[in-house]
Amino acid sequence: MDKTFAELGYPGRLIAVEGLDGSGKSTQIYLLKRWMEWQGLKVFFSEWNSSDLVKSATSKGKKRELLTPTTFSLIHATDFADRYERQLVPLLRAGYVVLCDRYIFTAFARDTVRGCPMEWVRGIYNFAALPDLVFFFKADLHVSLNRILEGRPMLKYFEAGMDLGLSADPYESFRIFQGRILEQYLSMSTEFDFLVVNANEPIEAQQNTVRELIANKLELSRYVTHTVTPSARKAPSTKTWKKDSDIEDHEAA
Amino acid sequence: MEKRFRHRRPRSRLSRVIVPRLSQHRFYGHGLPGVDPDKLVGKLIVVEGADGSGRSTQIVQLVDWLEGSGHATVQVGLKRSTLVSEELEQAKQGNILSHRTLSLFYATDFADQLENTILPAMKAGRMVLADRYIYTLMARDMARGIDAAWIKNIYGIALVPDVVFYLSVTAETLVERNISKNAKLDYWESGMDLGLSRDIFESFMKYQSQIQTIFRKLQRTYKFSTLDGERSVAQVQKEMREKVSRVLSGSQPV
Repeated sequence: MDKTFAELGYPGRLIAVEGLDGSGKSTQIYLLKRWMEWQGLKVFFSEWNSSDLVKSATSKGKKRELLTPTTFSLIHATDFADRYERQLVPLLRAGYVVLCDRYIFTAFARDTVRGCPMEWVRGIYNFAALPDLVFFFKADLHVSLNRILEGRPMLKYFEAGMDLGLSADPYESFRIFQGRILEQYLSMSTEFDFLVVNANEPIEAQQNTVRELIANKLELSRYVTHTVTPSARKAPSTKTWKKDSDIEDHEAA
Repeated sequence: MEKRFRHRRPRSRLSRVIVPRLSQHRFYGHGLPGVDPDKLVGKLIVVEGADGSGRSTQIVQLVDWLEGSGHATVQVGLKRSTLVSEELEQAKQGNILSHRTLSLFYATDFADQLENTILPAMKAGRMVLADRYIYTLMARDMARGIDAAWIKNIYGIALVPDVVFYLSVTAETLVERNISKNAKLDYWESGMDLGLSRDIFESFMKYQSQIQTIFRKLQRTYKFSTLDGERSVAQVQKEMREKVSRVLSGSQPV
């Protein structure tokens, strides 16, 4: 589909963040969520690869290294479709601002790097509307690599792109794999109007950029909740939020 | 004509096993990354038809005959992948997934069997018998209003079979056979999720005739060998063996 939710007449808006593992995008979307909650907006956060029903199959496939590029792609599409139709669409119809940590572009980038034809992957996802805003967190490759590799030296098979046979060394494989994904992201940047954020900057500076862009592009007062409770204002729920979400998200790779 | 069937029933004395002629294989679309269809020396034989059309019975007999004639076989079918079969079954029981999600789930199941069972078996020169293939999946999706182009793109990964048998049986016969076998009609085979009728019998009749109409449409594109499944098991089997023999000898079936 080549239309955004706004263009399709949905009252809600979908904001997606994209970027490499370790680009800091999950931190930024978390801070964005906190900012919106603080303003009493109807906001919802949704993560890539998190639909309960599909999770068991996905984790089984990953643990036993059963996935091929094709099944890897299809199982993530299944997960996305479930989340899209049962979660994202109803929320957008209900006038929410939905924040997505990764959206279809993640699949476009990863699946094509794994060798699936681009037209095939795009065809599968063409039931999904485009986000109203996409932030792309662009860090120098070595910056994001260092963030991941310093923090957590054990790389999993699929996240390191070991299934591609790029290198027998997981670290080397991870470097090459991430480099290729970055190329894919950059090649989509213009086509999908990515709002590029310099992810080498301090967290606060990036957050300023993001908030300014959103305030300019969305009329935020339209999304004020009517059911705000004092406790919700005081302490936004941290239940679904994991501190090391970059690592979590990274496991989803 | 008669000569070709000499290997149909192996005699007690030494009968020569016929080495099948190679056939050209291709995919419906892009295929799969890194798979060369020329290396697929086995044959892919598909049997399509509703539950109660006699699919499984025919496949059992076809396997007996093929193996007796010296050909190694492998069987596949829907919902039989290691990857997602359990999860798919759970999802069906709960009936809470949207149809698109279910459709992608089935596509995952299909792709897993294609890559891990069908293609390796064909590379090894086996006869692969598929108890349903992408056509049932396509027909089910189309009956639920999913865009045909979307489904077609997904199944561009599928290998074009050497022969596709479609067992055509009227909805009335299907009802009888299903009831005498299971004493009830299956929720999904009755298309109850579509809300055609709250009465399962009525829903079954409507749904099965919709599926038949879609199969007739698919027939034009995919060239099924449609068999009249109202006949006796033996009659249907005889026709299938004739056609499979023609596949093995390298000439295309009608």
